[in-house]
Amino acid sequence: MSSRYTFGGDEHIFVEVDEAMSLEAFFVSLSMTNAVRDANIKGVTEICPANASFQIKFDPDQIHPDDLMKELKRLEAEAQHGEHALDTRIIEIPVFYQDPWTHETLMRFRERHQDPDATDIEYAASINGYDRVAKFIEAHSGAPWFVSMVGFVAGLPFLYQMVDRPRQIQVPKYLRPRTDTPRLTVGYGGCFSCIYSVRGAGGYQMFGITPMPIYDPEQKVSYLQDFMVFFRPGDIVKWKPINREEYDAAVADVQAGTFVPRIRNVRFSLDEFNADIDGTNAKLMEALYAD
Amino acid sequence: MPINVISAGIATTIQDLGRPGYYHLGIPMGGAMDRLALRTANLLVGNDEGAAGLESVFVGPELEFTRDATVAVCGAELPPKVDGEPRETWTAFPVKAGQVLSFDFLKSGARAYIAISGGINTQPKLGSRSTYAIGALGGIDGRAVQPGDTLPLGNAVKAVRAGLSVPAALRRAPSSPAELRVLPGLYWHRITEQAQNGFFEDTWKVANEADRMGYRFQGGRKLEFVEREQPFGAGADPSNITDACYPYGSVQVPSGTEPIVLHRDAVSGGGYFMIGTVISADMDLIGQLQPHTPVRFVRVDMEAALAARKDRAATMSAIREALS
Repeated sequence: MSSRYTFGGDEHIFVEVDEAMSLEAFFVSLSMTNAVRDANIKGVTEICPANASFQIKFDPDQIHPDDLMKELKRLEAEAQHGEHALDTRIIEIPVFYQDPWTHETLMRFRERHQDPDATDIEYAASINGYDRVAKFIEAHSGAPWFVSMVGFVAGLPFLYQMVDRPRQIQVPKYLRPRTDTPRLTVGYGGCFSCIYSVRGAGGYQMFGITPMPIYDPEQKVSYLQDFMVFFRPGDIVKWKPINREEYDAAVADVQAGTFVPRIRNVRFSLDEFNADIDGTNAKLMEALYAD
Repeated sequence: MPINVISAGIATTIQDLGRPGYYHLGIPMGGAMDRLALRTANLLVGNDEGAAGLESVFVGPELEFTRDATVAVCGAELPPKVDGEPRETWTAFPVKAGQVLSFDFLKSGARAYIAISGGINTQPKLGSRSTYAIGALGGIDGRAVQPGDTLPLGNAVKAVRAGLSVPAALRRAPSSPAELRVLPGLYWHRITEQAQNGFFEDTWKVANEADRMGYRFQGGRKLEFVEREQPFGAGADPSNITDACYPYGSVQVPSGTEPIVLHRDAVSGGGYFMIGTVISADMDLIGQLQPHTPVRFVRVDMEAALAARKDRAATMSAIREALS
């Protein structure tokens, strides 16, 4: 893996760790951005890790772009030796698959879809070799997911499926983006799942909806009072399929301020994961549900 | 409450110089699209340069003042009126309690910045009063200004001279065609040499989709891609990449057809390749382009980008000096 460095105008350096998505590329990006943060380089104003790349924003009045470029390349050499492990959280996110709200929305945008006669999840199941949607939901919610980027809009997580590549779900985005997506839609595009933090435009396929807000600028939601954005890169997510009753109950709990997301602290090591994917995931599930 | 909003035009938002520091969570810097215009308007009325003012697109608001204040309007040529009497742009003028500030039709540019002595004093969110409507953050309840709103004002910090004006030579207006300087980079290698040249040869036009998030352009030739097998995770279209960060000012071209330049309320990342970035010195100018304006993209290198940035800073210094 050899990173590609390029300027984004006179205020950004963009570093592509790899063209393709992998947890290896994510971990290099994460180590690099941590190294840049620790180096406390004068003139650096924003440090943004992404799936397999990252971006540094800087003030060229304080540091010459060429000098910052040199400094980043020097840090890369150091970061390569970093341990690809992190202390993080595993979070259970309830999902009401095939809910009426995303269904209503996807029906409105059928002409922008590859398969106008199927729903988004029927289409995704079929092109990934699942003969029934229930089986597809099992696959989507079975293994945990890794938050490899937060962005697009405020607090939106991109999630990468923690299974070996042949089992990874891949679904193209809509042919043309929708102008509307319900808030808290659980979506899918390329190899990434996502949760739409706010209502708005979107091109990912829509599978369901979570009752759990993940962005709250008013900071009224009990677990978002410290900070308005829930997710951080490196978080691990387990989807939990729920039905309409459970969804309604969770929504009521959120409104009453009594909803407590199930969150446990875990240590994740990429080497351990690569050596035994199913075993590592089983341990993560144990940590999440032990008590 | 010092200002009552009678009408709000098409899109009037509270903006200051924005909230850097949260782009890694998808929350953009935001703030005035034409930062020099907001800074200048603030200086004219004795505010700190970063005080919150109003950014009005194409059509001005109608505002009833309930306290005496000094006002300045910079950026677009959107002629102000006090109780129907014309006032100058780029010039400080008094508005008395009970008077109404309104605007005539837009003459040029796209966004007018209205500064009021004391500054708009709404509750800051993440260090800024700027309105980021997509994330319902800042402004008034996270949204644009509406009729019936009241705008709180801070205390004026400095006495001002009514009639204080910015010399004409320091007011920048777009040329025709407007020129936006671009530093090629990012995924520039994804298009053919012919497409690279064509992008800079063609004359583009600002499309109707032109807002705080980004400006779309139409009318140039479709960009042809260098063939490759799409990498895992990127998606099937040749314009797709594994979702990555988007620099402010970056030029993405979904499917190679209509370039979009991201602006202050940028989406922080996504899956479209980018061919380069509009240099920092030309970002303000984008905010003053109306739909259908012809635009040429001009290729520059880093040296030229930094020189242009210096020129821009020198203009701002000259304005500060002229108004001090």
